[in-house]
Amino acid sequence: MTEEIIIAGFGGQGVLSMGKILAYAGIMQDKEVSWLPSYGPEMRGGTSNVTVIISDERICSPYLNQFDTAIILNQQSMDKFESAVKPGGLLIYDPNGITHHPTRKDINIYQVAATDKASELGISKLFNMIVLGGFLKVKPLVTPEMLHKGLEKSLPERHHHLIPKNEEAVEIGKGLLTPYHTL
Amino acid sequence: MAKQLVLMKGNQAIAEAAIRCGCDGYFGYPITPQSEVLEHLMAERPYLTTGMVVLQAESELASINMVYAGAAAGKRVMTSSSSPGFSLMQEGLSYIAGAELPALCVNVVRGGPGLGTIQPSQSDYFQTTKGGGHGDYRLITLAPASVQEMYDFVELGFDLAFKYRNPVAILSDGVIGQVMEKVMVDDYKPRWTNEYIEENCPWAATGHRSTGKHRIVTSLELEALKQEAINDRIQAKYRKCEEEDARYEAIQCDDAEYVFVAYGSAARICMKSVELARAEGIKVGLIRPITLWPFPTKAVKEIGGRMKKILSVEMNAGQMIEDVKLAVDCNVPVEHYGRYGGVIPTPVEILDALKKMVK
Repeated sequence: MTEEIIIAGFGGQGVLSMGKILAYAGIMQDKEVSWLPSYGPEMRGGTSNVTVIISDERICSPYLNQFDTAIILNQQSMDKFESAVKPGGLLIYDPNGITHHPTRKDINIYQVAATDKASELGISKLFNMIVLGGFLKVKPLVTPEMLHKGLEKSLPERHHHLIPKNEEAVEIGKGLLTPYHTL
Repeated sequence: MAKQLVLMKGNQAIAEAAIRCGCDGYFGYPITPQSEVLEHLMAERPYLTTGMVVLQAESELASINMVYAGAAAGKRVMTSSSSPGFSLMQEGLSYIAGAELPALCVNVVRGGPGLGTIQPSQSDYFQTTKGGGHGDYRLITLAPASVQEMYDFVELGFDLAFKYRNPVAILSDGVIGQVMEKVMVDDYKPRWTNEYIEENCPWAATGHRSTGKHRIVTSLELEALKQEAINDRIQAKYRKCEEEDARYEAIQCDDAEYVFVAYGSAARICMKSVELARAEGIKVGLIRPITLWPFPTKAVKEIGGRMKKILSVEMNAGQMIEDVKLAVDCNVPVEHYGRYGGVIPTPVEILDALKKMVK
């Protein structure tokens, strides 16, 4: 099993930390993992993305241009990465702020309206965990127990009391997932 | 506490390895994409545990000269920087090599020339392997291709530096510096005691302590014949190093008709291209030089010599290709594929370059 994922959005949306939690959860399950951020000047207020690979085998390239899954959180990233999903692959996006919706017919596309839900519940900081929940609903790559351990590893101890809230947000995300185009 | 599995960035692995392998001092100045080295060291505060000194110098020039001084005292000292900062260190590295001192310097390369970009590149191959400073010296150059190797090569680097009393470079880039992967970290090793240094480093300026024996560290010798003799001694070390310490990894070369030669992050990307090419029936392998100097000439000659063609894949305009061509003595056609200025070639792009070469 190898899952090659790109997560892309605005800096500050929690793109990198979402990837980090996935990566930590992956190593808790004895998987090989790789987490490569974009670290250019575009991070400051602009777009931000991270490539996460979770695999049973030694990971070749940490840098990719084709992905099994794209998790897309703004229009710029949609423009850049919709075409980078492998045929038969998965695209998950938050429709908030998206003016040009994806048009591919050879991939599975789902929406997670995480921005709206997070602001409705007053948990905007947990936005990324709602998105992550949507992804895990389609591809349960990591178990809830491992996700818990991953959160423990990736969050500083002073934030550990927030782990249950993070887990709730993941569950909310699973419920929010809506098919947009499926094969 | 025994070995431990952690997830960390390549840059953090450099810092963590330094603390755990008994490094005495780090002197550096921040620069993207390697700032996490200093950041991690400052966060870990090893001066409170192992006693390792961590100091942010006022410049790269100061950093390398602090390293020079620490090395002269027989200490395991290091610095790290990225391309423009590494250029500033070249005078110091030449002096350290001339004074025959061990030291470790890490270059997490970014695109150049000049201030260039902050994105990954391999454009400092010439500078590092052919000598960026003046004089007939070499930097023993290690090229990690994973976060684990970033970790492992710190201790290996110190070992080689002390074995040859010569500076060692870890030549990395923004990909390997910034990527997070699994790393197996070792238990903490104690730093060398002054008594140990006194006993094992008879060249180290540790203070003669009324023994009457002066140890003078210098790279200056005004008599040409004496300077030639020093050069002879240094060159003899380099021949020994070429003989004993050239390292490489050969991947799927046994049945290959074509081979990539690539190091560091380019080698990782080529591993994916090998996978893609083989799925299409193209028998290609990969030679990954682990030491760039000494270059694994014998291995490239032997494995490369069996191939129809060789593709040197580098994140530069074609630098290592010269060593590849020398190794196979132009008996096999060698071509180059590269992106530069901070652009990373994709696995598919490299596959396309291979297909063009095979045609």
